[in-house]
Amino acid sequence: MSDHTVKSYDEELAHLTNIIARMGGMAEAQFAAALQALSKRDSDLAARVVAGDARVDELEHEVQQFTVRLLALRQPVASDLRHIVAALKISSELERVADYAANVAKRSLVLNQLPPVKPVNAVLHLAHLVQEILKDILDAYIERDVEKAVRVWNRDEEVDDMYTGLFRELITYMMEDPRTITACTHLMFMAKNIERIGDHATNIAETLHFLVVGTPIKGERPKGNTVDTE
Amino acid sequence: MNAIPLTDTRLAKVAARDVNVFYGQKHALKHVDLDIRANDVTALIGPSGCGKSTFLRCINRMNDLIENAQVTGALTLDGDNVYDKNVDVVQLRARVGMVFQKPNPFPKSIYDNVAYGPRIHGMARDQAELDEIVMGSLEKAGLLAEVKDRLEESGTGLSGGQQQRLCIARAIAVAPEVILMDEPCSALDPIATAKVEELIDELRENFTIVIVTHSMQQAARVSQRTAFFHLGELVEVGDTEQIFTNPQHPLTQGYITGRFG
Repeated sequence: MSDHTVKSYDEELAHLTNIIARMGGMAEAQFAAALQALSKRDSDLAARVVAGDARVDELEHEVQQFTVRLLALRQPVASDLRHIVAALKISSELERVADYAANVAKRSLVLNQLPPVKPVNAVLHLAHLVQEILKDILDAYIERDVEKAVRVWNRDEEVDDMYTGLFRELITYMMEDPRTITACTHLMFMAKNIERIGDHATNIAETLHFLVVGTPIKGERPKGNTVDTE
Repeated sequence: MNAIPLTDTRLAKVAARDVNVFYGQKHALKHVDLDIRANDVTALIGPSGCGKSTFLRCINRMNDLIENAQVTGALTLDGDNVYDKNVDVVQLRARVGMVFQKPNPFPKSIYDNVAYGPRIHGMARDQAELDEIVMGSLEKAGLLAEVKDRLEESGTGLSGGQQQRLCIARAIAVAPEVILMDEPCSALDPIATAKVEELIDELRENFTIVIVTHSMQQAARVSQRTAFFHLGELVEVGDTEQIFTNPQHPLTQGYITGRFG
Protein backbone atom coordinates (compact mmCIF):
# COMPACT_ATOMS: atom_id res chain seq x y z
CA MET A 1 0.00 0.00 0.00
CA SER A 2 1.26 3.48 -0.79
CA ASP A 3 2.45 5.85 1.92
CA HIS A 4 0.43 8.38 3.85
CA THR A 5 0.67 11.98 2.77
CA VAL A 6 1.71 12.64 6.37
CA LYS A 7 5.00 10.73 6.73
CA SER A 8 5.09 10.67 10.52
CA TYR A 9 1.87 8.64 10.51
CA ASP A 10 3.61 5.86 8.55
CA GLU A 11 6.49 5.95 11.01
CA GLU A 12 4.12 5.61 13.92
CA LEU A 13 2.33 2.63 12.39
CA ALA A 14 5.67 0.98 11.61
CA HIS A 15 6.75 1.62 15.19
CA LEU A 16 3.64 -0.17 16.41
CA THR A 17 4.41 -3.22 14.27
CA ASN A 18 7.97 -3.16 15.65
CA ILE A 19 6.86 -3.21 19.28
CA ILE A 20 4.56 -6.16 18.54
CA ALA A 21 7.41 -7.97 16.76
CA ARG A 22 9.71 -7.37 19.75
CA MET A 23 7.02 -8.50 22.13
CA GLY A 24 6.42 -11.65 20.08
CA GLY A 25 10.14 -12.42 20.03
CA MET A 26 10.30 -11.93 23.78
CA ALA A 27 7.28 -14.17 24.44
CA GLU A 28 8.82 -16.87 22.21
CA ALA A 29 12.14 -16.61 24.05
CA GLN A 30 10.45 -16.81 27.45
CA PHE A 31 8.53 -19.89 26.35
CA ALA A 32 11.67 -21.56 24.93
CA ALA A 33 13.63 -20.81 28.10
CA ALA A 34 10.84 -22.19 30.29
CA LEU A 35 10.90 -25.43 28.29
CA GLN A 36 14.67 -25.64 28.52
CA ALA A 37 14.45 -25.12 32.27
CA LEU A 38 11.94 -27.98 32.39
CA SER A 39 13.94 -30.42 30.27
CA LYS A 40 17.34 -29.64 31.86
CA ARG A 41 15.93 -29.26 35.39
CA ASP A 42 17.62 -25.85 35.46
CA SER A 43 16.23 -23.88 38.41
CA ASP A 44 18.37 -20.78 37.73
CA LEU A 45 16.98 -20.48 34.23
CA ALA A 46 13.43 -21.04 35.49
CA ALA A 47 13.89 -18.23 38.01
CA ARG A 48 15.13 -15.92 35.24
CA VAL A 49 12.04 -16.71 33.16
CA VAL A 50 9.78 -15.85 36.12
CA ALA A 51 11.61 -12.56 36.62
CA GLY A 52 11.66 -11.80 32.88
CA ASP A 53 7.87 -11.71 32.59
CA ALA A 54 7.84 -8.10 33.81
CA ARG A 55 9.56 -6.95 30.61
CA VAL A 56 6.78 -8.39 28.46
CA ASP A 57 4.23 -6.63 30.66
CA GLU A 58 6.10 -3.37 30.12
CA LEU A 59 5.89 -3.77 26.36
CA GLU A 60 2.18 -4.46 26.56
CA HIS A 61 1.81 -1.25 28.51
CA GLU A 62 3.82 0.59 25.86
CA VAL A 63 1.53 -0.75 23.11
CA GLN A 64 -1.54 0.34 25.06
CA GLN A 65 -0.27 3.87 25.56
CA PHE A 66 0.85 4.18 21.97
CA THR A 67 -2.42 2.90 20.49
CA VAL A 68 -4.48 5.25 22.66
CA ARG A 69 -2.30 8.10 21.45
CA LEU A 70 -2.72 7.10 17.80
CA LEU A 71 -6.49 6.75 18.18
CA ALA A 72 -6.75 10.18 19.77
CA LEU A 73 -4.40 12.08 17.49
CA ARG A 74 -4.80 10.37 14.10
CA GLN A 75 -8.44 9.28 14.21
CA PRO A 76 -7.57 6.29 12.06
CA VAL A 77 -10.02 4.62 9.68
CA ALA A 78 -10.13 1.53 7.46
CA SER A 79 -6.88 -0.48 7.28
CA ASP A 80 -5.09 1.94 9.64
CA LEU A 81 -7.81 1.50 12.24
CA ARG A 82 -7.65 -2.28 11.88
CA HIS A 83 -3.86 -2.18 12.18
CA ILE A 84 -4.06 -0.26 15.46
CA VAL A 85 -6.91 -2.26 16.99
CA ALA A 86 -5.16 -5.50 15.99
CA ALA A 87 -1.93 -4.37 17.67
CA LEU A 88 -3.83 -3.66 20.86
CA LYS A 89 -5.46 -7.09 20.82
CA ILE A 90 -2.34 -9.03 19.81
CA SER A 91 -0.29 -7.36 22.54
CA SER A 92 -2.64 -8.69 25.19
CA GLU A 93 -2.57 -12.17 23.61
CA LEU A 94 1.25 -12.10 23.74
CA GLU A 95 1.20 -10.91 27.31
CA ARG A 96 -0.89 -13.98 28.18
CA VAL A 97 1.49 -16.26 26.26
CA ALA A 98 4.40 -14.92 28.32
CA ASP A 99 2.36 -15.37 31.51
CA TYR A 100 1.82 -19.03 30.73
CA ALA A 101 5.52 -19.42 29.96
CA ALA A 102 6.29 -17.96 33.40
CA ASN A 103 3.78 -20.38 34.97
CA VAL A 104 5.51 -23.32 33.32
CA ALA A 105 8.81 -22.03 34.70
CA LYS A 106 7.35 -21.69 38.22
CA ARG A 107 6.09 -25.25 38.21
CA SER A 108 9.41 -26.54 36.89
CA LEU A 109 11.01 -25.01 40.04
CA VAL A 110 8.73 -27.30 42.08
CA LEU A 111 9.35 -30.30 39.82
CA ASN A 112 13.09 -29.91 40.34
CA GLN A 113 12.53 -30.67 44.05
CA LEU A 114 10.94 -34.02 43.11
CA PRO A 115 12.36 -37.16 41.47
CA PRO A 116 12.18 -37.01 37.63
CA VAL A 117 9.16 -38.58 35.96
CA LYS A 118 8.96 -39.90 32.42
CA PRO A 119 5.94 -37.97 31.03
CA VAL A 120 8.03 -34.76 31.03
CA ASN A 121 9.01 -35.77 27.50
CA ALA A 122 5.41 -35.98 26.37
CA VAL A 123 4.79 -32.46 27.75
CA LEU A 124 7.86 -31.21 25.86
CA HIS A 125 6.54 -32.89 22.73
CA LEU A 126 3.27 -30.94 23.02
CA ALA A 127 5.26 -27.79 23.74
CA HIS A 128 7.33 -28.13 20.57
CA LEU A 129 4.19 -28.31 18.47
CA VAL A 130 2.88 -25.14 20.16
CA GLN A 131 6.26 -23.43 19.69
CA GLU A 132 6.03 -24.09 15.96
CA ILE A 133 2.53 -22.65 15.82
CA LEU A 134 3.55 -19.58 17.80
CA LYS A 135 6.53 -18.98 15.50
CA ASP A 136 4.32 -19.36 12.41
CA ILE A 137 1.73 -16.88 13.63
CA LEU A 138 4.37 -14.29 14.53
CA ASP A 139 5.94 -14.69 11.08
CA ALA A 140 2.48 -14.39 9.53
CA TYR A 141 1.93 -11.14 11.45
CA ILE A 142 5.18 -9.61 10.21
CA GLU A 143 4.47 -10.74 6.64
CA ARG A 144 0.74 -9.96 6.86
CA ASP A 145 0.25 -13.49 5.50
CA VAL A 146 -3.42 -14.43 5.81
CA GLU A 147 -3.03 -17.92 4.34
CA LYS A 148 -0.40 -18.77 6.90
CA ALA A 149 -2.69 -17.39 9.61
CA VAL A 150 -5.52 -19.65 8.45
CA ARG A 151 -3.16 -22.66 8.52
CA VAL A 152 -2.22 -21.82 12.11
CA TRP A 153 -5.89 -21.45 12.96
CA ASN A 154 -6.60 -24.93 11.58
CA ARG A 155 -3.69 -26.50 13.48
CA ASP A 156 -5.21 -25.83 16.86
CA GLU A 157 -7.05 -29.13 16.53
CA GLU A 158 -3.69 -30.97 16.50
CA VAL A 159 -2.78 -29.28 19.77
CA ASP A 160 -6.09 -30.20 21.33
CA ASP A 161 -5.79 -33.85 20.25
CA MET A 162 -2.26 -34.12 21.57
CA TYR A 163 -3.28 -32.51 24.83
CA THR A 164 -6.11 -35.00 25.27
CA GLY A 165 -3.69 -37.90 24.70
CA LEU A 166 -1.25 -36.42 27.19
CA PHE A 167 -3.97 -36.05 29.77
CA ARG A 168 -4.74 -39.78 29.55
CA GLU A 169 -1.07 -40.67 29.67
CA LEU A 170 -0.57 -38.68 32.89
CA ILE A 171 -3.58 -40.32 34.53
CA THR A 172 -2.22 -43.75 33.60
CA TYR A 173 1.14 -42.91 35.23
CA MET A 174 -0.48 -41.69 38.40
CA MET A 175 -2.63 -44.80 38.67
CA GLU A 176 0.37 -47.07 38.14
CA ASP A 177 2.57 -45.26 40.64
CA PRO A 178 0.84 -42.99 43.13
CA ARG A 179 4.25 -41.60 44.23
CA THR A 180 4.32 -39.63 40.94
CA ILE A 181 0.99 -37.90 41.65
CA THR A 182 2.55 -34.60 42.80
CA ALA A 183 4.90 -34.33 39.84
CA CYS A 184 2.31 -35.50 37.32
CA THR A 185 -0.28 -33.03 38.63
CA HIS A 186 2.18 -30.20 38.05
CA LEU A 187 2.84 -31.56 34.57
CA MET A 188 -0.87 -31.64 33.92
CA PHE A 189 -1.17 -27.95 34.75
CA MET A 190 1.86 -27.21 32.59
CA ALA A 191 0.26 -29.08 29.71
CA LYS A 192 -2.90 -27.03 30.18
CA ASN A 193 -0.84 -23.80 30.15
CA ILE A 194 0.91 -24.88 26.96
CA GLU A 195 -2.38 -25.80 25.32
CA ARG A 196 -3.65 -22.32 26.23
CA ILE A 197 -0.62 -20.76 24.50
CA GLY A 198 -1.82 -22.55 21.37
CA ASP A 199 -5.27 -21.01 21.85
CA HIS A 200 -3.74 -17.54 22.05
CA ALA A 201 -1.84 -18.20 18.82
CA THR A 202 -5.22 -19.07 17.28
CA ASN A 203 -6.69 -15.81 18.58
CA ILE A 204 -3.82 -13.92 16.97
CA ALA A 205 -4.61 -15.73 13.69
CA GLU A 206 -8.19 -14.49 13.90
CA THR A 207 -7.09 -10.92 14.64
CA LEU A 208 -4.57 -11.05 11.80
CA HIS A 209 -7.28 -12.16 9.38
CA PHE A 210 -9.42 -9.19 10.46
CA LEU A 211 -6.45 -6.87 10.14
CA VAL A 212 -5.66 -7.87 6.56
CA VAL A 213 -9.04 -8.79 5.09
CA GLY A 214 -11.41 -6.78 7.30
CA THR A 215 -13.69 -9.72 8.07
CA PRO A 216 -13.61 -12.61 10.57
CA ILE A 217 -12.25 -16.02 9.49
CA LYS A 218 -15.13 -17.93 7.97
CA GLY A 219 -16.46 -21.15 9.41
CA GLU A 220 -16.32 -22.93 12.72
CA ARG A 221 -12.90 -23.53 14.16
CA PRO A 222 -12.14 -27.26 14.09
CA LYS A 223 -12.27 -28.06 17.77
CA GLY A 224 -10.68 -31.13 19.33
CA ASN A 225 -11.96 -32.34 22.66
CA THR A 226 -9.88 -30.60 25.32
CA VAL A 227 -11.81 -32.00 28.26
CA ASP A 228 -11.52 -35.74 28.71
CA THR A 229 -14.98 -36.73 29.75
CA GLU A 230 -14.45 -40.48 29.86
CA MET B 1 -16.14 1.45 -12.25
CA ASN B 2 -19.30 -0.11 -10.93
CA ALA B 3 -20.99 1.11 -7.82
CA ILE B 4 -22.06 -1.53 -5.38
CA PRO B 5 -25.84 -1.74 -5.76
CA LEU B 6 -28.25 -1.26 -2.91
CA THR B 7 -28.93 -4.46 -1.09
CA ASP B 8 -31.78 -2.95 0.87
CA THR B 9 -35.28 -3.27 -0.52
CA ARG B 10 -36.43 0.09 0.87
CA LEU B 11 -37.54 2.28 -1.96
CA ALA B 12 -35.00 4.88 -3.00
CA LYS B 13 -36.15 8.45 -2.36
CA VAL B 14 -33.80 9.72 -5.02
CA ALA B 15 -32.44 7.42 -7.71
CA ALA B 16 -29.74 8.33 -10.23
CA ARG B 17 -29.19 6.16 -13.29
CA ASP B 18 -26.34 6.84 -15.69
CA VAL B 19 -26.28 10.51 -14.74
CA ASN B 20 -23.71 12.59 -16.62
CA VAL B 21 -22.96 16.28 -16.29
CA PHE B 22 -21.02 18.31 -18.83
CA TYR B 23 -19.79 21.85 -18.26
CA GLY B 24 -19.19 22.77 -21.90
CA GLN B 25 -16.62 20.18 -23.04
CA LYS B 26 -15.75 19.11 -19.52
CA HIS B 27 -17.28 15.77 -18.51
CA ALA B 28 -17.71 16.56 -14.80
CA LEU B 29 -19.88 13.65 -13.70
CA LYS B 30 -19.63 10.26 -15.38
CA HIS B 31 -22.30 7.56 -15.50
CA VAL B 32 -23.39 7.80 -11.89
CA ASP B 33 -25.84 5.21 -10.53
CA LEU B 34 -26.79 5.99 -6.97
CA ASP B 35 -29.82 5.39 -4.76
CA ILE B 36 -30.53 7.74 -1.86
CA ARG B 37 -32.66 6.04 0.77
CA ALA B 38 -35.51 7.83 2.48
CA ASN B 39 -34.77 9.11 6.00
CA ASP B 40 -31.09 8.34 5.70
CA VAL B 41 -28.28 10.82 5.83
CA THR B 42 -26.14 10.10 2.77
CA ALA B 43 -22.67 11.65 2.79
CA LEU B 44 -20.90 12.43 -0.47
CA ILE B 45 -17.13 12.51 -0.05
CA GLY B 46 -14.13 12.83 -2.33
CA PRO B 47 -11.32 15.24 -3.24
CA SER B 48 -12.03 18.67 -4.70
CA GLY B 49 -13.33 18.47 -8.23
CA CYS B 50 -14.50 14.88 -7.87
CA GLY B 51 -18.10 15.69 -8.80
CA LYS B 52 -19.77 15.35 -5.42
CA SER B 53 -21.16 18.90 -5.36
CA THR B 54 -22.09 18.59 -9.03
CA PHE B 55 -24.12 15.50 -8.19
CA LEU B 56 -25.73 17.23 -5.23
CA ARG B 57 -26.80 20.14 -7.45
CA CYS B 58 -28.38 17.76 -9.95
CA ILE B 59 -30.94 16.69 -7.39
CA ASN B 60 -32.68 20.08 -7.26
CA ARG B 61 -31.54 21.21 -10.72
CA MET B 62 -29.22 23.90 -9.41
CA ASN B 63 -27.01 23.07 -12.40
CA ASP B 64 -29.70 24.68 -14.60
CA LEU B 65 -28.37 28.00 -13.32
CA ILE B 66 -24.91 27.33 -14.70
CA GLU B 67 -24.43 28.37 -18.29
CA ASN B 68 -23.64 25.53 -20.73
CA ALA B 69 -24.11 22.87 -18.07
CA GLN B 70 -25.80 19.81 -19.54
CA VAL B 71 -27.25 16.88 -17.62
CA THR B 72 -28.05 13.49 -19.17
CA GLY B 73 -29.38 10.27 -17.71
CA ALA B 74 -32.26 9.70 -15.34
CA LEU B 75 -32.64 11.27 -11.93
CA THR B 76 -35.86 10.53 -10.11
CA LEU B 77 -37.51 11.80 -6.97
CA ASP B 78 -40.07 9.28 -5.70
CA GLY B 79 -39.91 7.71 -9.15
CA ASP B 80 -40.64 10.93 -11.09
CA ASN B 81 -38.00 12.27 -13.44
CA VAL B 82 -36.59 15.50 -12.03
CA TYR B 83 -35.47 16.60 -15.51
CA ASP B 84 -38.83 16.06 -17.19
CA LYS B 85 -39.73 19.19 -19.18
CA ASN B 86 -43.06 19.47 -17.35
CA VAL B 87 -41.39 19.74 -13.96
CA ASP B 88 -41.88 23.11 -12.24
CA VAL B 89 -38.40 23.87 -10.94
CA VAL B 90 -39.75 26.16 -8.22
CA GLN B 91 -41.96 23.35 -6.91
CA LEU B 92 -39.06 20.91 -7.19
CA ARG B 93 -36.86 23.18 -5.07
CA ALA B 94 -39.62 23.41 -2.48
CA ARG B 95 -39.50 19.61 -2.25
CA VAL B 96 -35.71 19.53 -2.32
CA GLY B 97 -34.29 22.24 -0.09
CA MET B 98 -30.70 23.33 0.14
CA VAL B 99 -28.28 24.63 2.75
CA PHE B 100 -25.01 26.14 1.59
CA GLN B 101 -21.44 26.29 2.81
CA LYS B 102 -21.57 29.87 4.03
CA PRO B 103 -24.66 30.83 5.99
CA ASN B 104 -26.63 33.19 3.72
CA PRO B 105 -29.58 34.62 5.63
CA PHE B 106 -31.59 37.30 3.82
CA PRO B 107 -31.00 40.84 5.09
CA LYS B 108 -34.36 40.63 6.79
CA SER B 109 -35.60 39.87 10.27
CA ILE B 110 -35.18 36.41 11.74
CA TYR B 111 -38.94 35.93 11.43
CA ASP B 112 -39.09 37.03 7.80
CA ASN B 113 -36.16 34.80 6.85
CA VAL B 114 -38.15 31.75 7.88
CA ALA B 115 -41.52 33.11 6.69
CA TYR B 116 -40.18 33.91 3.22
CA GLY B 117 -40.71 30.48 1.61
CA PRO B 118 -44.10 29.74 3.18
CA ARG B 119 -45.33 33.17 2.00
CA ILE B 120 -44.18 32.63 -1.60
CA HIS B 121 -45.76 29.20 -1.70
CA GLY B 122 -48.94 30.40 0.00
CA MET B 123 -48.62 27.81 2.72
CA ALA B 124 -50.37 29.82 5.45
CA ARG B 125 -53.95 31.12 5.33
CA ASP B 126 -53.48 33.63 8.10
CA GLN B 127 -50.94 35.15 10.45
CA ALA B 128 -51.55 32.51 13.12
CA GLU B 129 -50.73 29.71 10.70
CA LEU B 130 -47.60 31.50 9.50
CA ASP B 131 -46.50 32.04 13.12
CA GLU B 132 -46.96 28.35 13.71
CA ILE B 133 -44.82 27.40 10.71
CA VAL B 134 -42.07 29.90 11.65
CA MET B 135 -41.94 28.88 15.31
CA GLY B 136 -42.11 25.19 14.45
CA SER B 137 -39.26 25.51 11.96
CA LEU B 138 -37.09 27.49 14.38
CA GLU B 139 -37.85 24.87 17.03
CA LYS B 140 -36.92 21.97 14.72
CA ALA B 141 -33.74 23.80 13.77
CA GLY B 142 -32.85 24.04 17.46
CA LEU B 143 -32.78 27.83 17.31
CA LEU B 144 -36.05 28.94 18.89
CA ALA B 145 -34.82 29.15 22.49
CA GLU B 146 -31.95 31.40 21.40
CA VAL B 147 -33.98 33.82 19.23
CA LYS B 148 -37.58 33.82 20.49
CA ASP B 149 -37.20 37.22 22.16
CA ARG B 150 -35.67 38.92 19.14
CA LEU B 151 -37.53 37.62 16.10
CA GLU B 152 -37.67 41.12 14.64
CA GLU B 153 -33.90 41.58 14.72
CA SER B 154 -31.92 41.04 11.55
CA GLY B 155 -30.87 37.47 10.70
CA THR B 156 -27.44 38.72 9.71
CA GLY B 157 -26.81 39.83 13.31
CA LEU B 158 -26.70 36.24 14.57
CA SER B 159 -23.48 34.27 15.11
CA GLY B 160 -22.24 32.07 12.25
CA GLY B 161 -23.60 28.88 13.81
CA GLN B 162 -26.96 30.52 14.54
CA GLN B 163 -27.11 31.88 10.99
CA GLN B 164 -26.55 28.39 9.60
CA ARG B 165 -29.32 26.98 11.79
CA LEU B 166 -31.51 29.88 10.64
CA CYS B 167 -30.83 28.81 7.05
CA ILE B 168 -31.79 25.26 8.00
CA ALA B 169 -35.00 26.60 9.61
CA ARG B 170 -35.68 28.54 6.39
CA ALA B 171 -35.11 25.38 4.34
CA ILE B 172 -37.45 23.22 6.42
CA ALA B 173 -40.18 25.92 6.66
CA VAL B 174 -41.48 24.93 3.20
CA ALA B 175 -41.76 21.29 4.36
CA PRO B 176 -39.31 19.79 1.88
CA GLU B 177 -38.80 16.04 1.56
CA VAL B 178 -35.11 16.14 0.82
CA ILE B 179 -32.52 18.55 2.21
CA LEU B 180 -29.23 19.01 0.37
CA MET B 181 -26.33 20.35 2.39
CA ASP B 182 -23.15 21.53 0.72
CA GLU B 183 -20.44 21.64 3.38
CA PRO B 184 -22.82 23.16 5.94
CA CYS B 185 -20.25 23.28 8.75
CA SER B 186 -17.04 24.32 7.04
CA ALA B 187 -17.42 27.93 8.20
CA LEU B 188 -18.43 26.99 11.77
CA ASP B 189 -16.48 26.39 14.97
CA PRO B 190 -16.54 22.93 16.60
CA ILE B 191 -19.38 23.74 19.02
CA ALA B 192 -21.60 25.19 16.29
CA THR B 193 -20.63 22.21 14.10
CA ALA B 194 -21.70 19.79 16.83
CA LYS B 195 -25.04 21.57 17.13
CA VAL B 196 -25.66 21.33 13.38
CA GLU B 197 -24.62 17.67 13.38
CA GLU B 198 -26.99 16.94 16.25
CA LEU B 199 -29.68 18.76 14.29
CA ILE B 200 -28.98 16.70 11.16
CA ASP B 201 -29.50 13.56 13.20
CA GLU B 202 -32.85 14.84 14.48
CA LEU B 203 -33.99 16.05 11.06
CA ARG B 204 -33.45 12.57 9.65
CA GLU B 205 -36.70 11.47 11.25
CA ASN B 206 -38.70 13.70 8.89
CA PHE B 207 -36.38 14.38 5.97
CA THR B 208 -33.99 12.64 3.64
CA ILE B 209 -30.62 14.35 3.82
CA VAL B 210 -27.72 14.43 1.38
CA ILE B 211 -24.59 16.13 2.65
CA VAL B 212 -21.37 16.99 0.89
CA THR B 213 -18.47 17.27 3.29
CA HIS B 214 -14.69 17.46 3.18
CA SER B 215 -14.51 16.28 6.76
CA MET B 216 -14.28 12.50 6.79
CA GLN B 217 -14.95 12.52 10.51
CA GLN B 218 -18.13 14.46 9.89
CA ALA B 219 -19.28 11.98 7.23
CA ALA B 220 -18.56 9.17 9.70
CA ARG B 221 -20.41 10.92 12.52
CA VAL B 222 -23.59 12.02 10.75
CA SER B 223 -24.32 9.65 7.89
CA GLN B 224 -25.73 6.17 7.49
CA ARG B 225 -24.54 5.79 3.90
CA THR B 226 -21.38 7.16 2.33
CA ALA B 227 -20.63 7.58 -1.36
CA PHE B 228 -17.08 8.20 -2.53
CA PHE B 229 -16.50 10.13 -5.77
CA HIS B 230 -13.26 10.46 -7.68
CA LEU B 231 -12.62 12.28 -10.99
CA GLY B 232 -16.32 12.47 -11.73
CA GLU B 233 -17.05 8.81 -11.06
CA LEU B 234 -18.84 7.18 -8.18
CA VAL B 235 -16.21 4.76 -6.93
CA GLU B 236 -17.94 3.14 -3.99
CA VAL B 237 -21.10 3.50 -1.96
CA GLY B 238 -21.95 1.58 1.18
CA ASP B 239 -23.01 1.71 4.78
CA THR B 240 -20.88 4.35 6.47
CA GLU B 241 -19.58 1.84 8.98
CA GLN B 242 -18.37 -0.43 6.20
CA ILE B 243 -16.79 2.40 4.23
CA PHE B 244 -14.79 3.56 7.27
CA THR B 245 -13.78 0.15 8.60
CA ASN B 246 -13.46 -1.97 5.49
CA PRO B 247 -13.70 -0.06 2.20
CA GLN B 248 -13.72 -2.37 -0.82
CA HIS B 249 -12.07 -0.14 -3.40
CA PRO B 250 -8.37 0.81 -3.15
CA LEU B 251 -9.18 4.42 -4.12
CA THR B 252 -11.64 4.74 -1.23
CA GLN B 253 -9.10 3.19 1.09
CA GLY B 254 -6.42 5.59 -0.14
CA TYR B 255 -8.60 8.65 0.19
CA ILE B 256 -10.05 8.09 3.65
CA THR B 257 -6.75 7.00 5.20
CA GLY B 258 -4.88 9.98 3.76
CA ARG B 259 -2.76 8.09 1.23
CA PHE B 260 -3.97 9.86 -1.88
CA GLY B 261 -1.53 10.20 -4.77
